[in-house]
Amino acid sequence: MSGNVRLLSDTLAAAKEEGRSALIAYLPAGFPTVDGGIEAVKAAIEGGADVVEVGLPHSDPVLDGPVIQTADDIALRGGVRIADVMRTVREAHAATGAPILVMTYWNPIDRYGVERFTAELAEAGGAGCILPDLPVQESALWREHAEKHGLATVFVVAPSSKDERLAEITAAGSGFVYAASLMGVTGTRASVSSQAEDLVRRTRATTDTPVCVGLGVSNPAQAAEVARFADGVIVGSAFVKRMLDAPDDAAGVEAVRALAGELAKGVRGQV
Amino acid sequence: MPSTFFIPDPEGRTPSTEGYFGAFGGKFIPEALVAAVDEVAVEYDKAKSDPEFARELDALLAHYTGRPSALTEVPRFAEHAGGARVFLKREDLNHTGSHKINNVLGQALLTKRMGKTRVIAETGAGQHGVATATACALFGLECTIYMGEIDTRRQALNVARMRMLGAEVVAVKSGSRTLKDAINEAFRDWVANVDRTHYLFGTVAGPHPFPAMVRDFHRVIGVEARRQLLEQAGRLPDAAVACVGGGSNAIGLFHAFIPDEGVRLIGCEPAGHGIETGEHAATLTAGEPGILHGSRSYVLQDDEGQITEPYSISAGLDYPGIGPEHAFLKDSGRGEYRAVTDDAAMQALRLLSRTEGIIPAIESAHALAGALEVGKELGKDGLIVVNLSGRGDKDMDTAARYFGLYDTDAEVEDNASGTAEIEGDAK
Repeated sequence: MSGNVRLLSDTLAAAKEEGRSALIAYLPAGFPTVDGGIEAVKAAIEGGADVVEVGLPHSDPVLDGPVIQTADDIALRGGVRIADVMRTVREAHAATGAPILVMTYWNPIDRYGVERFTAELAEAGGAGCILPDLPVQESALWREHAEKHGLATVFVVAPSSKDERLAEITAAGSGFVYAASLMGVTGTRASVSSQAEDLVRRTRATTDTPVCVGLGVSNPAQAAEVARFADGVIVGSAFVKRMLDAPDDAAGVEAVRALAGELAKGVRGQV
Repeated sequence: MPSTFFIPDPEGRTPSTEGYFGAFGGKFIPEALVAAVDEVAVEYDKAKSDPEFARELDALLAHYTGRPSALTEVPRFAEHAGGARVFLKREDLNHTGSHKINNVLGQALLTKRMGKTRVIAETGAGQHGVATATACALFGLECTIYMGEIDTRRQALNVARMRMLGAEVVAVKSGSRTLKDAINEAFRDWVANVDRTHYLFGTVAGPHPFPAMVRDFHRVIGVEARRQLLEQAGRLPDAAVACVGGGSNAIGLFHAFIPDEGVRLIGCEPAGHGIETGEHAATLTAGEPGILHGSRSYVLQDDEGQITEPYSISAGLDYPGIGPEHAFLKDSGRGEYRAVTDDAAMQALRLLSRTEGIIPAIESAHALAGALEVGKELGKDGLIVVNLSGRGDKDMDTAARYFGLYDTDAEVEDNASGTAEIEGDAK
């Protein structure tokens, strides 16, 4: 069975046709529980997210701030396994029809086996993977298998990326390009970095693939601001924080649904 | 004039251009760090062939660090090592009390050349942190040190030293609250502040070029030891022995001996409470290939790539990774790695103290315990050089609790390893 890279591209293209940015939500698998995490993903899509990135919790989330670190810890203490991540992708996609990606550090895939991981993700209906610590230069094996299984390979670009490197990265990636709005780890920020728009402009000069902006976007006003210049707006920590702050798991799921609704208005400029 | 102390790999046993030692090494880093890591590689390449850089570093190593460090024969200790001759390479006598200063001064000079004004570093036992804080004081650089919260407690003296030197010390409360988590936090800082900040990495791990660069700065240890042994013992050793956490002091000792096929290279990993208990940090003994902190090497991890929490009584060896060149030496058979328990290391610490009047760091005591075994295997014709990578002042609280050296019982109640009787004589 082939993965859903095509569905991802079509979904982003459809948003563009509507004259708006897509809303992409990030939620870690297994948080607060595996079933609770699946409900949260479904709620994000029902609330208005176009795409969801399911995080594969890691013991050493070097690129994540305190909010996602806390969620990862809770998920790992709960015993989350890669099979649970696959189940999250499968059930969320089956229930909503939306494209679901996995976002993960590289070592879990390296250890699990690239062939096995890509085959299982495609079989679960996944659309691809975001690999924030796998540089293009080390990615040949991954891309070979991802392509074979119909999965997108989403690379991250940063404000520090030089133009010639941007070209190298976008030539190797597929699905969309993840443009990090600032130099730093995940987490909510008071304002959107001025570096983001410049990075999107420089990235677009190298590719026709949609460019989506993440890191530090947490509220509808910021989503609207980013939506003016990016093809997609990625929100992670703000969702996770709402779940951490909720009095119980059910309230956490509803908080995700509500935030997705607010952000969906944001990406449509209705703020 | 050729450099006296900065002798980067004259025979070209450097990694590939992508930073690989065989199957190990590479550069697994987020895009936000690619430009900064590339800049370090380019600047280091330039510095390596710049006589002015070598001159500056040589002068510092001679007049500030106090190189060359002594090579001391320890006959009373050696009586417990099957009668083999044992020599200690005295990196404990360097300024700041360990080998760490060799690398720190090199990278501090590089920081200046890159025009950066702020330095961050991780530290386990505090030796790398103290050395970094020292160099930052010397060069007028802003300095932040990340240290696991558990380590700030067991190495409180070094925390005070770093603060005295003007560094900010951040106690890291995530994960296992030890060295690996300090590195995670330092990487998070670096990603956010890379414009003006150099990450002065303290061991031969991390992304290329750190494993090769840090090794080059420590090569002087083995270069000196080799020459001193030929002068003092009249021959090369049968074995060069060093403790291995990330592996910097070990690669520093080993590297100059790699072409000498008769010299066994023996790394001593921390077995903690014993490999079978799962409470250890013996990465090459019990780990599997994987990626941690920017390079491929052996890693302590579960079957799905989650890093497992290491344990060692020694804060400096309490790390679930290992430098990629050690992984290569192990797989190629040139290096041998064995595991030494907390208890064996502590006994060796006391033995050296009582037979030779030298109190070693707990890290280095792992190498001493290994040397006691190797000496027995070699017999009385054997000749061993041990890297005494650091001095033990920082460990006196841990040792006092372990051996019950305090006057009141209250001080020893949280002795993690149970009671250990003080014996009339070391054995």
